[in-house]
Amino acid sequence: MSSIAKKKGFGSTLWDYLTTVDHKKIAVMYLAAGGLFFVIGGIEAMLIRIQLAKPDNDFVSAGLFNEIITMHGTTMIFLAAMPILFGFMNAVMPLQIGARDVAFPFLNSLGFWLFLFGGIFLNLSWFMGGAPDAGWTSYASLSLASPGHGIDFYALGLQIAGAGTYIGGINFLVTIINMRAPGMTYMRMPLFTWTTFVASALILFAFPPLTVGIFFLILDRMFGANFFDHTMGGNTIIWEHLFWIFGHPEVYILILPAFGIFSEIFALFARKRLFGYSSMVFATVLIGFLGFMVWAHHMFTVGLGPTANAIFAVATMAIAVPTGMKIFNWLLTIWGGSIKVTTPMLYALAFIPSFVAGGVTGIMQAAAPLDYQLHDSYFIVAHFHYVIVGGVVLAILAAVHLYWPLMFNQMLSEKLGKWTFWFFFIGFHLTFFIQHFLGLMGMPRRVFTFGANQGWDLFNLISSIGAAFMAVGVVILVVNIIITVVKNVPVGNDPWEDGRTLEWAIPQPVPFYNFKQTPLVRGLDTFWIEKMEGNKEGMTYAEPLSDIHMPNGSIIPIVMTIGLFIGAFGALYNGEKDWAIPVLVLGLAITFGAMAVRSLKDDHGFHIHKEDLMNDEGGK
Amino acid sequence: MDFNKKYTPQTWPDHPEQVTLEGKNKFLGFWLFLGGETVLFASLFATYLALKNKGPSGMEFSTNTLFELPLVFVMTMILLTSSLTSVYAMYHMKNHNFRGMQTWLAITVLLGLAFLGLEIYEFNHYVHLGFTYGQSAFSSAFFTLVGTHGLHVVVGLVWIILLILRNAKRGFSLYNAPKYYTASLYWHFIDVVWVFIFTVVYLMGVVG
Repeated sequence: MSSIAKKKGFGSTLWDYLTTVDHKKIAVMYLAAGGLFFVIGGIEAMLIRIQLAKPDNDFVSAGLFNEIITMHGTTMIFLAAMPILFGFMNAVMPLQIGARDVAFPFLNSLGFWLFLFGGIFLNLSWFMGGAPDAGWTSYASLSLASPGHGIDFYALGLQIAGAGTYIGGINFLVTIINMRAPGMTYMRMPLFTWTTFVASALILFAFPPLTVGIFFLILDRMFGANFFDHTMGGNTIIWEHLFWIFGHPEVYILILPAFGIFSEIFALFARKRLFGYSSMVFATVLIGFLGFMVWAHHMFTVGLGPTANAIFAVATMAIAVPTGMKIFNWLLTIWGGSIKVTTPMLYALAFIPSFVAGGVTGIMQAAAPLDYQLHDSYFIVAHFHYVIVGGVVLAILAAVHLYWPLMFNQMLSEKLGKWTFWFFFIGFHLTFFIQHFLGLMGMPRRVFTFGANQGWDLFNLISSIGAAFMAVGVVILVVNIIITVVKNVPVGNDPWEDGRTLEWAIPQPVPFYNFKQTPLVRGLDTFWIEKMEGNKEGMTYAEPLSDIHMPNGSIIPIVMTIGLFIGAFGALYNGEKDWAIPVLVLGLAITFGAMAVRSLKDDHGFHIHKEDLMNDEGGK
Repeated sequence: MDFNKKYTPQTWPDHPEQVTLEGKNKFLGFWLFLGGETVLFASLFATYLALKNKGPSGMEFSTNTLFELPLVFVMTMILLTSSLTSVYAMYHMKNHNFRGMQTWLAITVLLGLAFLGLEIYEFNHYVHLGFTYGQSAFSSAFFTLVGTHGLHVVVGLVWIILLILRNAKRGFSLYNAPKYYTASLYWHFIDVVWVFIFTVVYLMGVVG
């Protein structure tokens, strides 16, 4: 195989992406698919705000409203935020540690396809008899009683997508432990790599409880089991525990990579070394650890008793300490820096006050007695949108601008980027700040309408106007992306000019084998060190130029995924259609058959020879 | 790295499963996977303990009346022995004795099949007593926990059989050594989980 690519037709490009195991291409697919689901989830959010814009509105029915809020939450968490972050992890992390690829390129591809087909399966519910309608938490007593197949789509779709996430988590962990370039000690790893590492460890231990919980739901609804049915001795609280043992670490799976992205941005655009690097690492690990100790703070009102509530309240408040450390470290990184206010930096600066506001309301809810008052009100809605949108989504938007030149060798327009920022930022606070007060005034969450005499009209209208601002911001971003892709002006490497970490040292467009020679890492912010010493070559290398071993592409991941996708329809219609069990068996047979083929057929990969590398200046 | 290079007992490395980068990655990745599996089984155990003996009012089944320790004791001994035989297989792999390894793995498979047969007999017996999957929360939790373990046994058996057949004529290489090693790790894990099932479900059910 030649390392120099030729012009390809549409068919072969499609085949290339279907079979690719290259972390950079998989990153692009994660970003595209996650972006699509982000837009779908955004449209659902707009429908919610249109319905709530005025009292006694009949824009959507109560039942449809329940479906929309359920799909909005599920889509945004599982199909938008996590996959987009996975996209950046795939694109950036292997380059940051100087690796050839991730540890298991085949599994990387499998993880992506599982996520995509799980997401498609979940969204097919709209066209096949109705979407899930028991909220994104799908509490068992409610979800067991839900008619139709909505909840079945939820359970089976999340099971498939969740398997993909789990595989991805193990993959990133092994990559970071085993494949760091020489000299890249743990305490020289960039913060984004560190947060990817800790988030992956959380995925490893948080997803199995969700898998078990969802299996119980599937077995109860489709196969006659009785885990949650109290007339048969079941216990619905088991679902709540399993869900939140997953669900609380999940919010740290989302926010830690966001912290990592902002840490990179602050150091890059303040043109200073990150303040308190070791304490940042310590805080990241501590947040990850404490994240597992606090799940029952979602269940204060269940009635676990004052002792349990007190323990979980204190543990929850303890998380504020490492988070506070991070906030002060970021502030001190900016302090005295030579700041460049680019679009990513704007998001980073806006993130600090927004996220702190969300964190403070979090501490309020950690006080169990007060939580009895705030529980299931709009105050909660305001709180988690402040941390998720004010933290994770701002980080994602910042990273789109920051890493676009790394991924596509093009620069998004800074002017349009700033327009996006201002619309989104103002819209975000307009939408959610006022919801705190709606909650304190007594408006419960998940209601499809409210009365004209309740005094909530004006605040709800303001909130809906804010949502429209956010939508305008996202539309501008889409326009920006289209313009940039059409113009296609190459920008070369280190486009922000102050790149500190290894990923900015790689030539553009990034060769499919990454670094021609594995770089030698001589300290934290290794690229910065080389630049300060005037190294014209970019990096110091740890090895002479030699043959590179690369993995082969494979169609098997998508075949395995399609098997599960088919099998899921069999499970869904079990007991209702005659063909259900045969289809389930057929689907599983395809999946396990493909696994057996993968196991029996040797796949040694191929080598790129030294002579070819010497002539190759990079390029796709 | 040439994956198909032939080795002699003298040149065969001490840890053949961890010589190549691929091998190292598989080794570590599989340990991490087992970490996740541990949490999965922990969730199943916790659910079982919460739903133990719970059912519709007037339910006739309980752990005291249902379980028979002699049968389960035999199953436990068979599975523990199969773990030992898989250790012998790995011992022979380290010593570059291919035929020895294949033989011991075949014995492991036979013991695993015997265990599986007894488990199917046991489940069948319960179902005939009326203790079906949907009979109560207790029965759902019991069959799901023990059945998930049983499924792991099936997967482990298919995996080891495929390895034995696929490599029968090829002998050792640094490409298949990590595969053998992780399969044996998986088999040990299955065994460890069974020790907990024996203790928590059966012993504590009958004695506790």
